Amino acid sequence: MSSELLEMADRIVAQAKGNEQVEVVVGRSSSTEVRVYEGQVEQFSSATSAGIGVRVISDQRQGFAYAASLDPDVLGETLAEARDNASFATRDEWLGLAEPDGVEVQELDLYRPGIDKVATDDKIDLALALEKAVRSGDRRITGVDSADYADGVSEAAVVSTAGIRVVSRDASCYVSVSCVAEDGGDTQTGYGFSVGRLPDELDLEAAAADATKRATRLLGATKPASSRVTVVLDPYVTAQFLGLIGGTLSGEAVLKGRSLFADRLGEEVAAGNFTLIDDPTNPLAYTASETDGEGLASRRNVLIDGGRLQQFVHNAYTGRRAGAASTANAVRGFASTPGVGCRALSLVPGTKSQEELLAEVGEGVLISSVKGLHSGVNLVSGDFSTGAEGLRISGGALAEPLREFTIGSTLQKMLSGVVEVGGDLEWLPTRAAGLSLVVRDVTVSGS
Amino acid sequence: MIDETLAQRTLEVALARGGDFAEVFVEDKRSSSGHLDDAKIEELGSGRSRGAGIRVVVGDTTGFAHTADLSEKGLSAAAEAAAAAARGGGGGVRQVALTPRQTSPQPVVERPEEVAKATKVELLRRADEVARSAGNAIKQVSASYGDSRRRILVANSDGVLATDDQTRTLFVVGVVATGDTGMQTGRRSIGHTMGFELFDRYQVEDLARDAAEQALTKLMARPAPSGELPVVIGPGGGGVLFHEACGHGLEADHIQKNVSVFAGRVGEQVASPLVTIVDDATMAQEWGTFAIDDEGTPAQRNVLIQDGILTDYMWDQLRARKEGRALSGNGRRQSYQHLPMVRMTNTYLTNGNSDPDQILADTPNGIYVAHLGGGQVNTATGDFVFGMTEAYLIEDGKITDPLREGNLIGNGPKVLELIDAVGNDFAMGPPGTCGKDGQGVPVGDGVPTLRVTQLTVGGTAA
Repeated sequence: MSSELLEMADRIVAQAKGNEQVEVVVGRSSSTEVRVYEGQVEQFSSATSAGIGVRVISDQRQGFAYAASLDPDVLGETLAEARDNASFATRDEWLGLAEPDGVEVQELDLYRPGIDKVATDDKIDLALALEKAVRSGDRRITGVDSADYADGVSEAAVVSTAGIRVVSRDASCYVSVSCVAEDGGDTQTGYGFSVGRLPDELDLEAAAADATKRATRLLGATKPASSRVTVVLDPYVTAQFLGLIGGTLSGEAVLKGRSLFADRLGEEVAAGNFTLIDDPTNPLAYTASETDGEGLASRRNVLIDGGRLQQFVHNAYTGRRAGAASTANAVRGFASTPGVGCRALSLVPGTKSQEELLAEVGEGVLISSVKGLHSGVNLVSGDFSTGAEGLRISGGALAEPLREFTIGSTLQKMLSGVVEVGGDLEWLPTRAAGLSLVVRDVTVSGS
Repeated sequence: MIDETLAQRTLEVALARGGDFAEVFVEDKRSSSGHLDDAKIEELGSGRSRGAGIRVVVGDTTGFAHTADLSEKGLSAAAEAAAAAARGGGGGVRQVALTPRQTSPQPVVERPEEVAKATKVELLRRADEVARSAGNAIKQVSASYGDSRRRILVANSDGVLATDDQTRTLFVVGVVATGDTGMQTGRRSIGHTMGFELFDRYQVEDLARDAAEQALTKLMARPAPSGELPVVIGPGGGGVLFHEACGHGLEADHIQKNVSVFAGRVGEQVASPLVTIVDDATMAQEWGTFAIDDEGTPAQRNVLIQDGILTDYMWDQLRARKEGRALSGNGRRQSYQHLPMVRMTNTYLTNGNSDPDQILADTPNGIYVAHLGGGQVNTATGDFVFGMTEAYLIEDGKITDPLREGNLIGNGPKVLELIDAVGNDFAMGPPGTCGKDGQGVPVGDGVPTLRVTQLTVGGTAA
């Protein structure tokens, strides 16, 4: 692992004056992205970017500055700018950097050396093969508008006057494909993807099959009548839902009176089958990493246990204010100060497959995708209303496809209304893993 | 930035292996921000990002590389990487002759970078004070200030050499109120392509007051209805409706890959005759305004739909070349680290003739959406959503109960045809960020009051 980033950070931290606390994050990443279209390379990008973020706490005030360059002249300027910015902040006695807390950093093998040696032509071939697999899979697939391969390696060092000094590296790759299906004058779209730490872990067949299935099974979809139903969320939709719930458990939201669950520690906030865990030490999680944004060792946190709210997630500041410790949930890039967030969420899975869940549900709606999470979900009020697509569940099996409807409820109601947690756990390229989730009493708005 | 001869040499390196087109995009962006939350100025932040993105096009293949190193060595390395990525064949020397293009950046009266930090911080305090004093139910206030100065230089193998200097200033207030039904939020933002004089034109106290008012009103909100209803949309931010209903669907990249419901429909009636939709990057100081797009093309006003008839799509360099037609100034990118693509600028519905009060009075029942949130669209199917952040029930032609937040859903072409009234009170909405393929760019939206005879409202009330 490169000591270069650590040394750069060391040099700045060494310039701390008097009682000043200084924290430096130095990040560097390189990536390759290939998009193919109709059997040819449409776009090929390859680049490295780097940057530094400097946080200064002086006289109980915090200032921050960043630069997207590791030029030595710029590094000095950034520290000066952060110092200057600190002088304008309000004094806050709770401010302070994270301190080493005795939790050991686990080595997670997130960087596999082979990734640097993959030939460019091989990367292109993966994207081409994926496009071909989708094009030739089903006669109703009329177009593949993009088939991508991308990989990236990123490194980050965090060094501070409080004794933090860590560097970590991870690499990953993925393929994704987006396609269009047409039949009887109707058009639908589908997507598929596969992620891994090395190209040979990618499952092109699965990605192609997903894209084809998603696009074709919605053909002929109609708008449903409005009603109250039990829904089964497809794994990817559940992952998005869990990401939202994670947002309500942020120590910062609790501190500032913006969390739905602020006063409910220890209480039942969800059904008894709902156990939500944040564990960035799980190497299967796409977003796993060895340390958090303040350099503390990643660890497993059980947030909701059998429906009962166990804890919120914290960074050093929110933890201190709450009379708790950081849970190693500082999240950030080099260009910002640490926020608080869940890092790798998953539900403890149940035992049933989606088919078994559908059979038990009998009548309802399978939600295969949602739209407008950023415009119809309010984490403060709890309102949940999103555009949706899916299939009717009838007689315990999938029936006619549905589109142009919304599903609505509140986050609180959905959590209490979890009927069953599926066993079909999937690790996705998002901050949460997915599985099928059965939720009762959701309003479908259509015609 | 970089000088003309260096740009020229870099282009020549980029085309050393052959190619149809090459471009050097240089960007130098400085920004400053301030954030207040929980009655404290949490921090001031500042940032700098500077670099160049180089692309080379060979046939239908684009090679791209970027670098933060603007020396000749750094630029050449990136140019070579882009050329290699484009996998061109052949060779030979290609000479590039650049012709500087005259451009007029949006005027700035008071440079934000010359305004004292203390002055910026004071804005945050003023907003906090006013929002908190709006009522006992106000429990939390956050406010953000931001300014950025983005200088760009574009040089390409067609001989274009153009620069722009874009300053944007922004202020946002968010409020949380608590009542018997739980917590509710209010939010207001103001942003323009101008300098600190923004705060002479708009008072942060008004933003704070309105945001607080919105949160307090929503404490009394009841669940929104569920199902198809007539919807009246108020002037200003309602432009998001068109951004999603047809904006993305009229981007030429979606058209050329045949993933838009508007493909092949130029010349056809795609909307009610009351509908004229324009995308215009020349609107003085609006959020999506610029002098040149990120490919060096001068900003333009483009009519997309005229009296309901589809007249044109929006284009970037590559899509326009493929079609063999003129550019429209819609080639934009998030930063030098990204490839440009077709993007909107300021998108709006032109003014109509009806009296907005009459439109409401003529709507026996439905909902009135005073403020919209964001939205999302699937351009291939045309289905789109947009959020309502402040909405009311309409009963007997009058606005009555406030409603809880939610999404509305519709199908673009259908919804455009169902617009049966357009008011004469056109206004631009708050600053927005449009996301596409992982890139965000600043955009403006605007509408007069309008009515859609039927949209699906995603509420929970039976």
